[in-house]
Amino acid sequence: MKIVVCIKQVPDAKDVRLDPETNTLAREGVESIMNPFDRHALEEAVRIKEEHGGEVVALSMGPPQAETVLREAISCGADRGVLVSDRGFAGADTWATSYTLGNAVQTLGEFDMVLCGKQAIDGDTAQVGPGLATQLRVPFVTCVQKIRTIEGKSLDLERMMDDGYDVVRLPIPCLLTVVKDINEPRTPSLKGKMKAKKAEITVLSAADIGAKPDCIGLAGSPTRVVNVFSPPPRGDRTVFTGSAEEQVDQLVEQLGKYI
Amino acid sequence: MLIIDKEKCIGCGVCEANCAFGAISMEDGCAVVGDSCTLCGSCVDTCDVEALKIEIAADAGSTCNLNEWSGVWVFAECRDGEVSPVSYELLGAGRNLADQRKVSLGAVLLGSNVRDKATELIAGGADLVYLADHEELLQYREDVYGSVLCEMISTHKPEVVLAGATAIGRSMVPRVATELRTGLTADCTQLSMREEDGALLQTRPAFGGNIMATIECPHTRPQMATVRPKVMLPLVSDTQRSGDIIEFNPTAQALTSNVAILESVKAEQEKVNIQEEDILIAGGRGLDGEKGFSLIKELADELGAAVAASRAAVDSGWVSYPHQVGQTGKTVSPKLYIACGISGAIQHTVGMQSAETIVAINRDENATIFNYATYGLVGDLFEIVPLLKNKIKNVRGQ
Repeated sequence: MKIVVCIKQVPDAKDVRLDPETNTLAREGVESIMNPFDRHALEEAVRIKEEHGGEVVALSMGPPQAETVLREAISCGADRGVLVSDRGFAGADTWATSYTLGNAVQTLGEFDMVLCGKQAIDGDTAQVGPGLATQLRVPFVTCVQKIRTIEGKSLDLERMMDDGYDVVRLPIPCLLTVVKDINEPRTPSLKGKMKAKKAEITVLSAADIGAKPDCIGLAGSPTRVVNVFSPPPRGDRTVFTGSAEEQVDQLVEQLGKYI
Repeated sequence: MLIIDKEKCIGCGVCEANCAFGAISMEDGCAVVGDSCTLCGSCVDTCDVEALKIEIAADAGSTCNLNEWSGVWVFAECRDGEVSPVSYELLGAGRNLADQRKVSLGAVLLGSNVRDKATELIAGGADLVYLADHEELLQYREDVYGSVLCEMISTHKPEVVLAGATAIGRSMVPRVATELRTGLTADCTQLSMREEDGALLQTRPAFGGNIMATIECPHTRPQMATVRPKVMLPLVSDTQRSGDIIEFNPTAQALTSNVAILESVKAEQEKVNIQEEDILIAGGRGLDGEKGFSLIKELADELGAAVAASRAAVDSGWVSYPHQVGQTGKTVSPKLYIACGISGAIQHTVGMQSAETIVAINRDENATIFNYATYGLVGDLFEIVPLLKNKIKNVRGQ
């Protein structure tokens, strides 16, 4: 079983703050972390490998420093890390990102499964997983909460829906995006950390993956950001005072239209 | 890429301060771009001496003839024979866009034996209902639904396609946009038309709601966007409204699937789809156990509301994951959100800050959640929540 896990390096949400003075993002001390959903995708891949044998390749697209999350992936059980990095990728929207990752996966050769997190916590689009599957021309299922069985070239799993879940059967090769319910990711072992430290991360450029210049980065992106602004501030805030009962009375008075 | 004119740059540092990505630095009195530049362009507008510009080598799909595309479409999501509420909300938003462009508003209806839903969609604002009624469309499957929608779009060429940011919409629409090589913007909170050229201006929160970004799709069609439930307003249903049904016969190839749905399991507990609810009562670590959760359930029942939770409560096993609000859960925008014993970590607040009215109940008066609250109550939730429930019961009884 050869499994490719897509991993994104994202800013740690708890550090992201708006500077009230300048109204821009305060980035001092913002740490970069592995996208939390991708951690679950990686864990699932490593578990499948442990049961069925094979190889887990961690793949990331990003600036050179994204190498860190690939080493972390190796420390958590991935066999190797591949970084696609090129100045030409800058400004990529989800279409161009799906295209780039698609070319990268194909450059890595045949695969049985591609696993992705449901979405990245910085962009929150959840579009790259389905987009990548479409580029690779393989069937996909999003928001997988459990893999039930893997038998030969067939996979049974549970896909989270808004009102419950569906049990879905699909063939291998395929692509899945996972939610955090699927597993509890492990922490890296000492042996894993040693391996990660020594590991060589393969770095591939746009040319290495045969990407067309008009399909990558901003040039390859159908969407454009035309304006960036601060969200309108919330209205007035009222914090009630008095005993619990007095506070409740004041609240209920205000909530009239909802009650 | 971002080009900096070294002759013009005066090294004032305004662009550096405005870059949300920390991609610009000042070296020897001149701006320098780093690897983390995403070409968002916000620096270009802030530069007083016009030293910055973004150059694009070749534009994607610039061969697309935009004039061939006309009409606004809404994907009418149908599950178990019922059209989801978000579809009517999108018809409300789509009606405005179509009227501005003086084009028709179409609803796309896929399913098996769903023809009778077409009249409801017309009453909800659609001029045309594009109907593909086939037994292969009985259950939602990514590949079949995606392929059929691709065929419909390629045949009828709408300029705009909107879909709900639901489990189904968020899974099949990206496939369609990728296949058609066009732009898709997720989770828009505002949609408007630029009159001169019919560009759909799609505004969405980025960076966990810290920034709003307006996005357009300049060179390709259709312009596609998803919108979360409860963000747009539906029209008042009008059964006098007239409209036409346009039958669509998908090719056999589009109806062929690699995916089989073996079983569809509905969640046992009610009101699990928290994105569709008007009122949510949410609980966090402060509930201190399942017993605390039963308190907020009682309040929710009294208000006809659903129960939501912070990550801490879900991780403690007091309530299941579909109820989780926040960065690794769901984003909700109900009319009323009552947060009980939730501290207000950003992972949570990004998922609920667009609620119309937010009430926070917390014993720590300095809890961050009060920064987001319309109304704050400081005190013991084990005392306040039952009081609130009884008070509401009394008010309603009158």
